[in-house]
Amino acid sequence: MKEALINYTLHLADTTLILAQRNSEWCGHGPILEQDIAITNISLDLLGQSRNFYQYAATLIGGDATEDSLAYLRKEREFKNLLLAEQPNGNWGQTILRQYLYSQFQYLLFEKLQQCNNEQLAAIAAKSIKETTYHVRWSSEWVIRLGDGTEESHTRMLKAIDELWRYTGEMFVPAVYETIVDVSALKNVWLQKVNIIFTEATLPVPEKAFMQTGGKEGKHTEQLGYILTELQYMQRAYPGAQW
Amino acid sequence: MKNLFIQKFYYGDIPEEKAGGSGYQTKEDAANWPLWEVFIRSKQGLDHKHAGSLHAADAQMAIENARDVYTRRMEGVSIWVVESKYITASNPEEAGELYEPAVDKVYRHPTFYDLPDEVNHM
Repeated sequence: MKEALINYTLHLADTTLILAQRNSEWCGHGPILEQDIAITNISLDLLGQSRNFYQYAATLIGGDATEDSLAYLRKEREFKNLLLAEQPNGNWGQTILRQYLYSQFQYLLFEKLQQCNNEQLAAIAAKSIKETTYHVRWSSEWVIRLGDGTEESHTRMLKAIDELWRYTGEMFVPAVYETIVDVSALKNVWLQKVNIIFTEATLPVPEKAFMQTGGKEGKHTEQLGYILTELQYMQRAYPGAQW
Repeated sequence: MKNLFIQKFYYGDIPEEKAGGSGYQTKEDAANWPLWEVFIRSKQGLDHKHAGSLHAADAQMAIENARDVYTRRMEGVSIWVVESKYITASNPEEAGELYEPAVDKVYRHPTFYDLPDEVNHM
């Protein structure tokens, strides 16, 4: 029971950490200054959420565990993040789409999580959902803007859907430890929301696509290794290094 | 002139459409987005004060950009944006005729009245 709770908390922490790390790669590279700041803000929001989850996980685990040791000293197979979070930034459109697909899911998840009977997780979700609401708003507007934009932006969004859609199915397949919120029940409403945005963006919602799973159990795409290499470099090279 | 071509790779991605993109971040692109002036009202403030300007494709994006650029440190609770081109400004060269005539007209300040004690908040 406790192990399931630890794993679930780590899953929430890992997904937000890895997506934050991915988005942070845009820092200084955004297509325009204002959007550079926007995506970096979102990255920091997600990082803040992941810290809350890691801190809680550390208290559950006890002993020497800290938020830092959980983020910096676990191996690839121990990470339980969604595969979607670790996918490369690609172009701006692909980053936007990844953010939208995830934020739309995270919103529905946190809506339920804030009502769950685990006080700590409920509190983190309640605090984070305001950020998520904004992430959904910001990213969905960009999906519409790019999908219904120029021929070039539309084509890039089609390609982004092609790249990322296969990682969305995993969100709704509960892992063994995922008992607090029934994610499979979120699928239909998520699809409805995505349908509304995609329709406005003149983008097709893929049907019957193959869905890749495994992230929640630590079976990742080749991307995660590269992310952890950079993320964990300092602590691996100089164990215990402090600012 | 030397042409420097710097390529940056991310996590071993094959360089096709990498993070940050390449080449499409030109001055012309940025200039295609109109400039907006941003006005922020702080929590205690009654009026919106000019905070700065930014680029955005439309009014909605301008509000969101302003939120991200100018209210990250809890500076405000309300945002106005207006496209810069709609602002008509006075000409600094006309400062003489516009403002100097007021300099020697101190009687325009209501400092010659004795206020009755009953009148507060003036």
